[in-house]
Amino acid sequence: MPEKADALLTVENVHTWFELRRFGFLRVGFVRAVDGVSFSLKHGEAVAVVGESGCGKSTLAKTVLGLYRPTQGTVVFDGQRIDGETGNLKKYHSQVGYVQQDPYGALPPFMTIYRILDEPLRINGVRKRAEREKRIKEALSEVKLTPVEDFLYKYPHMLSGGQQQRVVLARAKILEPKLIVADEPVSMLDASVRVEILQLLQRLQRSYNLAVIYITHDLSTVRYFSERIFVMYGAKIIEEAPTATLLENPSHPYTQALLTAISDPDAKNADHIKEVPPGEPPSLLNPPPGCRFCPRCGQAIAGLCEKEMPPAFELAPGHRVSCWLYRQAAVKEKEEEKEKAG
Amino acid sequence: MSRVSRNLQEIIKYPSAIFGLLIIFLLVVIAIYTLATMSYQEAINRWRGDETMWAEYPRNALPSWMNYFTQKKLPTTMVLDTATSPQSKERLEMEGLEMVTATLTFDYQFDDFPSEVAVFFTAKGEGEPPFVMPYWEMPDGRRIELEAQSISRQKRYFVSLDNRLIRSLGNRAPEEGLFLDPAAAEGKPAKGQYKLIVEGYLFEPGGDFDVKLLLYGKVHGMAGTDHRRRDLMIALLWGTPIALCFGLLAALGTTIATFIIAAIGVWYGKWVDALIQRITEVNMILPTLPILIMVGTFYSRSIWMILGVVIALSIFGGGIKTYRAMFLQIKDAPYIEAGRAYGAGNLRLIFRYMIPRMIPVLIPTFVTLIPSYVFLEASLAVLGLGDPILPTWGKLLQDAQENGALFKGYYYWVLQPSALLMLTGLGFAMLGFALDRIYNPRLRGR
Repeated sequence: MPEKADALLTVENVHTWFELRRFGFLRVGFVRAVDGVSFSLKHGEAVAVVGESGCGKSTLAKTVLGLYRPTQGTVVFDGQRIDGETGNLKKYHSQVGYVQQDPYGALPPFMTIYRILDEPLRINGVRKRAEREKRIKEALSEVKLTPVEDFLYKYPHMLSGGQQQRVVLARAKILEPKLIVADEPVSMLDASVRVEILQLLQRLQRSYNLAVIYITHDLSTVRYFSERIFVMYGAKIIEEAPTATLLENPSHPYTQALLTAISDPDAKNADHIKEVPPGEPPSLLNPPPGCRFCPRCGQAIAGLCEKEMPPAFELAPGHRVSCWLYRQAAVKEKEEEKEKAG
Repeated sequence: MSRVSRNLQEIIKYPSAIFGLLIIFLLVVIAIYTLATMSYQEAINRWRGDETMWAEYPRNALPSWMNYFTQKKLPTTMVLDTATSPQSKERLEMEGLEMVTATLTFDYQFDDFPSEVAVFFTAKGEGEPPFVMPYWEMPDGRRIELEAQSISRQKRYFVSLDNRLIRSLGNRAPEEGLFLDPAAAEGKPAKGQYKLIVEGYLFEPGGDFDVKLLLYGKVHGMAGTDHRRRDLMIALLWGTPIALCFGLLAALGTTIATFIIAAIGVWYGKWVDALIQRITEVNMILPTLPILIMVGTFYSRSIWMILGVVIALSIFGGGIKTYRAMFLQIKDAPYIEAGRAYGAGNLRLIFRYMIPRMIPVLIPTFVTLIPSYVFLEASLAVLGLGDPILPTWGKLLQDAQENGALFKGYYYWVLQPSALLMLTGLGFAMLGFALDRIYNPRLRGR
């Protein structure tokens, strides 16, 4: 990892496995929801994590948030290691915001908007009532829920989905965090509201220099504000690249398939069905030994892909891909470097 | 919480809730009236009082409102005393002794005979007791001689038990024989002015005596009396605050404890949950009643002891299973996850995030639970495990059962406490069902 020194968040070789038990005590196996993920994030950087349902995106988000304890590996935030034992979890919680998928479920139905926004402040030791009130009002006007007084004493069910998600955003930023993890923040919203919420998130990110991890299964919304994209498949990051590079020049066969599957309101599309890779994502209980995409991959190299896990090959600075197809390129690059050096 | 108050405003839309509330309100008014008019100690003293306390009350009398439903006007109790009306005494000096003639006159207008007749004498002065010769004068002027006797200090002459008199009346009970109308067909008292004339001889100067005539009626008070002449009203009145208090405390104690334990079990999971579940399962197969009988027999039958045992036994009951199922759903709600993400602690999450969500479910259950504990207390009392001191509805039922009330036709003795018990059940159930519909809207319109 080249940018480790000024990194805000460094995730190193994190595994989050869930134990499966039978009859409550017999250990049957593990669901490997996150299986060896490493990345790092600079201050104020926005990245997107893309992948289909069940690939471990949400588990990765919750591990980063400290809600799940990684089975193995470390999460380092602002130079401090995050785990339950060191007792710094509470301070960490106040520096990370969380935006969930379902805005209605994310808000306690029996609390007013004021109470909802008041809770994080109280928990994190903002003692003065006046100061809390001021910050609540600021947060609400920042997410464009104005006039603020109209919303303070309403209950979540009185708001529309978009307004609810704004409250969730306000709650995520009210503690002035350095990082926001947004787990599919717009997938439950109307298409008309999505752009607004994403723009709001982007504005927050820019004006507060927030780092954002934006998790989605929908590549079409990625472009809005992320600088880098991680593509996850089968509990691993298989490709990592700057947004523009990835969208124009996807390298991993899975990324390519994902990009062709983007819905595009084009009249021509009505005539034919896009090709998608056959099969289903791998079971995370017993993942295949080699490349996890191998059983569905059209370009699999027999004798190699199904046996050995591909390492990450660096195609260009910041563009890494875990696929055996690129071993030549990687080797060539290294030779070139050697030649240059030599 | 304004959501709760908003829901409470909705109650008005349900007639059953209004009716239930009215019943509960009535019971509460009775309870407050009781507490205001009769102290706890007074109630206990009176209820546990001996013969003398209740001497002027009839035995097993019907409630007096029975007269509104029957054509026959049943007699109420009449007490006539020379001590309160001194003009009824005439004194006559004779050589060496004094003759006093006391006359008690009353108008008898009832359609039935009294249940008992008694004359209480009170003599004053030391030394030789006075000698009295009482006569009974009927409205038609006939005179019947009662037992002549000498009276020391206090003398109770139960006319109804005077065998000589029974024989002289032709084997008829005195309370009938002394009132029988000879002209009428069988079994009707003659209406009119009766007199009890007592001729007494005093053997020393300064002596005196008083005569009290008691005609025990067949109806008494609002509620009637029992086999020990006690007024049932005391137990009916005092039973109300006791029943409400017991039901409320037991329901409150069990619901809150059960609720919190279920929430804690669900939240911490793993061995905490397993432990709570196993304790519940064991406790659920333990029969409550035999344990209560054991505690009552060997330890204490105080109502507070029974209340404590009832709460302790019901905490780990079926409620834990029900609430656990609901809490399991809530535990995984995204808003709780969000709470954890901004650093809310375990206790805050349990008490501020999980439990408030469930309060709507709790309220109707709580309300319908109250009468079940009232009934439990009554059933214990019927089984003879009631508080030995307190007069309660259950105690009345037990007394009635022990004395064969229904066999002997004292239906009021059973019906009155039962009616109050049923009213309590009805009131809380009606309110509870309405609340259930308000708080669980899915039940609406079915």
